[in-house]
Amino acid sequence: MSDLALASFAAATDTHLVGMPRTARFAVYRATFDEGAEVERLRALGFRFLGRSSGAFPPLLGAIHDPPPGLYLRGDANPELLRRRAVAVVGARACSAYGRQVARRLGRELGAAGLVVVSGLARGVDAEAHRGALDVSAPTIAVLGCGIDRDYPAAHRALAAEIVAVGLLISEYAPGIEPAPWRFPARNRIVAGLCGAAIVVEARERSGALITADFALEEGREVFAVPGEITSALSAGSNALLRLGATPLTTTADVLESYGIVAEEKPDPVLGDIQRLVFGHVREAPRAADDLVRTTGLGAAAVAAILTELELIGLVTEEEGLYRVAG
Amino acid sequence: MLARAVTHTLVGLEARRVEVEADVQTGIPSFAIVGLADRACSEAKHRVRSGIGSAQLEWPLKRITVNLAPAGLRKEGSGFDLAIALAVLAATHQIPRDRLAEHGAVGELALDGRIRPVRGTFAVAEGARQAGLDRILCAAESAAEAELGGVEAVPVRHLAEAVAYLRGELRPPPAEPPQERSEPGGPDLADVRGQERARRALELAAAGGHNLLLAGPPGTGKTMLGRRLPSILPLLEPHEQLEVTRIHSVAGLLSPECPLVARPPFRAPHHSASMAAIVGGGHGPRPGEATLAHRGVLLLDELPEFQRPALEALRQPLEEGTIAIARATGFALFPARFQLLATMNLCPCAGRGDPSVECSCSAQRLAAFRDKLSRALLDRFDLVVTVPRPRAEELAAGPAEASLPVRGRVSEARERLRAAPPPRTAAADELLDRAVERLPLSARGRARVGRVARTAAALAKADSVEVEHLAEALAYRSLKELST
Repeated sequence: MSDLALASFAAATDTHLVGMPRTARFAVYRATFDEGAEVERLRALGFRFLGRSSGAFPPLLGAIHDPPPGLYLRGDANPELLRRRAVAVVGARACSAYGRQVARRLGRELGAAGLVVVSGLARGVDAEAHRGALDVSAPTIAVLGCGIDRDYPAAHRALAAEIVAVGLLISEYAPGIEPAPWRFPARNRIVAGLCGAAIVVEARERSGALITADFALEEGREVFAVPGEITSALSAGSNALLRLGATPLTTTADVLESYGIVAEEKPDPVLGDIQRLVFGHVREAPRAADDLVRTTGLGAAAVAAILTELELIGLVTEEEGLYRVAG
Repeated sequence: MLARAVTHTLVGLEARRVEVEADVQTGIPSFAIVGLADRACSEAKHRVRSGIGSAQLEWPLKRITVNLAPAGLRKEGSGFDLAIALAVLAATHQIPRDRLAEHGAVGELALDGRIRPVRGTFAVAEGARQAGLDRILCAAESAAEAELGGVEAVPVRHLAEAVAYLRGELRPPPAEPPQERSEPGGPDLADVRGQERARRALELAAAGGHNLLLAGPPGTGKTMLGRRLPSILPLLEPHEQLEVTRIHSVAGLLSPECPLVARPPFRAPHHSASMAAIVGGGHGPRPGEATLAHRGVLLLDELPEFQRPALEALRQPLEEGTIAIARATGFALFPARFQLLATMNLCPCAGRGDPSVECSCSAQRLAAFRDKLSRALLDRFDLVVTVPRPRAEELAAGPAEASLPVRGRVSEARERLRAAPPPRTAAADELLDRAVERLPLSARGRARVGRVARTAAALAKADSVEVEHLAEALAYRSLKELST
């Protein structure tokens, strides 16, 4: 019996199949399943299918407790991409400016170091991690909780198109399957399964990102958590992970080290005196423009001009009125 | 016996000449008003009859027909009362007809014969001047307003006074010249502590007439800052003053003592306002808030709380400076060249941007909030500033710069911009090109940054737009929170 029939049945019934099911329902399904037509349908849609028994199936994912019968792939990248060293970057959808910035930076630096960034295409941290990798033209993989013909969420259609151009959109669900609440936790086991390590950037106390971290722990993968403010509910989940023994992530080098990659040092940029003064203040802590006006004694116009110049050099970013060091 | 009085009615902001013809025939006593009069206008017959009686004049017990010509034009409001009464009196030889023909007349009659002011007197007076009339009879309260229209106003308090004047028995005192009131009303910038960046943006907005969006958590002084924009705006130019006065006359907003609008108007409609209230509309279209803010400031407090259709309707005036209103009953083109000032929170729970509060918005709620404001509308704000929460030490600081010196700088910068807009240096051009590459900046955004940079240069009294001016302008360009 082919993986495709199993995958199709599993997707249609929301069951996780490790072995061949012995139910009457499957017997009926198998009898009516037209494999030729399904293969033709996938070809017409421009999608590929990678069965578990195929030699190209990622071994890390194949090793988890309940691997999917197969993966549907969308994108032009070689399926070999799935076997490359990968890191999962996950976190809250409604994340803070800090979370967004860290996710983007991680995506960029991990991608630049040659690792594949895997995430779930969700809003917030997920999307920023994908974008970060795309910033440095590194391939990235998005694992969906629905059929790969759906760009979910719809707001990320453009992002999905960018990912497809250099990376892969994958799912264990056959094209046409709608997103549903119970499919996202199942999707998370694939995100964790593909990767040697999972990074939780920001997570509330009961966040889907923690499910991913749990799967990673169960399979013996490395789990990193980005420390957050102890007063912030948005970081309650990720800080709880740290308390349970997850590795604190303070620089991208922490992750690269676990993969045996040595990070390159970035040279300090050349700045003028006033620029260095302003940048020094921003480096201490995120600052509002008004704080800088007060601490530097410069006018509001001058501070605005210097901050823009620093932004254009790529040293600082602004969000919600706060300037912080760029990733 | 037939007699004629001349008055004007308003169509949009324009005055149209209306001839009031009164015909008195023998027959069964009756009184009819014809010529597409609306409710308020047809009720004139009761007021006119009582008014004439109260003025100790004779009400003819004959068959009276009053025609408002042209008969095809809809007549609205109570401003025809005086003209109707005078036409009836002339038709019954109680006042000389040729004297009446030299005067325009506008005003509402009270049952005791007193004459009340009506809205739009300024436009009516202007219409009278264009129709070649030198004098206009109007209520004493609106005499100053009528004089602004370029005709001699004959202020009359009572119908009897108007009759005595037309008979040549009385010479009413000339209308008092309108008072000058040039000092800005409203709150002063000195009340705002800290908020250096937002204050600077307000100054740039005032100097360049830029649209400004202030975003940030509640309680950071966004509205407070917005309400202080009028205090740093210079006076209107004389021709602008008349233009604005006409609009405010039609809306009935002028004060009797000081009808001339010398300061830029400031309008702040509540966010429950309908589309018609914002851009104008209704029967025989009336100007909306956007038109009332013409040559001035339209403040939309809590921008996302406004109905989306009302906001989207503002895109035309923001681009063209006019609003075209078409209704089954008429078409009107209203001027609406206003400066848009808006405030908003960063998310529906308003917790974003405030370090001491946790934002509790779900991703869906946040997305719905963002969807309320179209990119097309946000793209029309030249200056976008996120107002951070001031810290306690700022609130404790001494008073900040007051509005007066700021207004001086603003006026000076406006002069400079009008005389010769500063050109951009090559280095500034190069910076702008670099910015367009690195930042999400649309073509419109690029032009906007260029304009703001020019204003910054004018405020700095520079002869050309240098790198620092352009860099500053780039700092106020977008609301990133809304783009992801």
